[in-house]
Amino acid sequence: MAELEAGTTTGARRPRPLSPHLQIYRPMLTMVMSIVHRITGAGLYFGTALLAWWLLAVASGPNAYANFEWFAGSIVGQLILFGFTWALLHHALGGIRHLIWDLIYGFEPAEREMLTVATLVGSIALTIVVWIVGYLAMGGPR
Amino acid sequence: MIGQRPNEMRTAARRVRGLGSARSGTRHFWHQRVTAAAGVPLTIAFIVIVVALTGRSHAAVVQILGSPLVAVLMLLFIVNTLYHMWIGMQEIVLDYVHDDKLKILALLGNTCFVFAVGFASAFAVLKLSFGV
Repeated sequence: MAELEAGTTTGARRPRPLSPHLQIYRPMLTMVMSIVHRITGAGLYFGTALLAWWLLAVASGPNAYANFEWFAGSIVGQLILFGFTWALLHHALGGIRHLIWDLIYGFEPAEREMLTVATLVGSIALTIVVWIVGYLAMGGPR
Repeated sequence: MIGQRPNEMRTAARRVRGLGSARSGTRHFWHQRVTAAAGVPLTIAFIVIVVALTGRSHAAVVQILGSPLVAVLMLLFIVNTLYHMWIGMQEIVLDYVHDDKLKILALLGNTCFVFAVGFASAFAVLKLSFGV
């Protein structure tokens, strides 16, 4: 330690160089989508509590199921389920994108941008399709 | 170096403290990718099942969820997803939680949450399936 401090006149230690962190970089699409992948993963993690509630409610009987259906049908419930659907599809498509990259494909600048945009557009489109089909199914036989 | 094993890069002190390679560093990395790949068809199956059950009566939902094919798909989806998210949350905790006590608590909490959700979901599906 003495040798390190000998070089400075005051004896105070010079600040060591730090590696640049996220906020240094201009946000790029691939980077933002990587962050979103982690956020959707964490969201889905806690969302599985709803899956457990749904399954337990079905197994518990008509009254418990009616409670769940009331929540799922409420505005808050619908918003959460819509968000859950998008997060699930986004994380699934993002996962496929990462698997493609794991196999060392799609690393050219245009390719990785295309894959990233496809994840975003695909997840939104598929979410809307799933909900339209869901609403059509609601009109079907009970 | 005294006490050094042949072909061992670590010092004796390093070995006693239990630091360094445990030869299992890539296990979670690999399992995360295997469960990710398996998760693609299982997630599609899960979404199809949920959409198909939307708006149906309780009796119909009980019957469909309890049918063997649907129940097996649900169980596979549950086990695969929960293992995947257990590894994922552990990774997030290890990345962001640096305080030792908090880190241990968060890792324990992760395991408890995954087991609670997993057992509740799997038990419910099995109960429907066996029709008890």
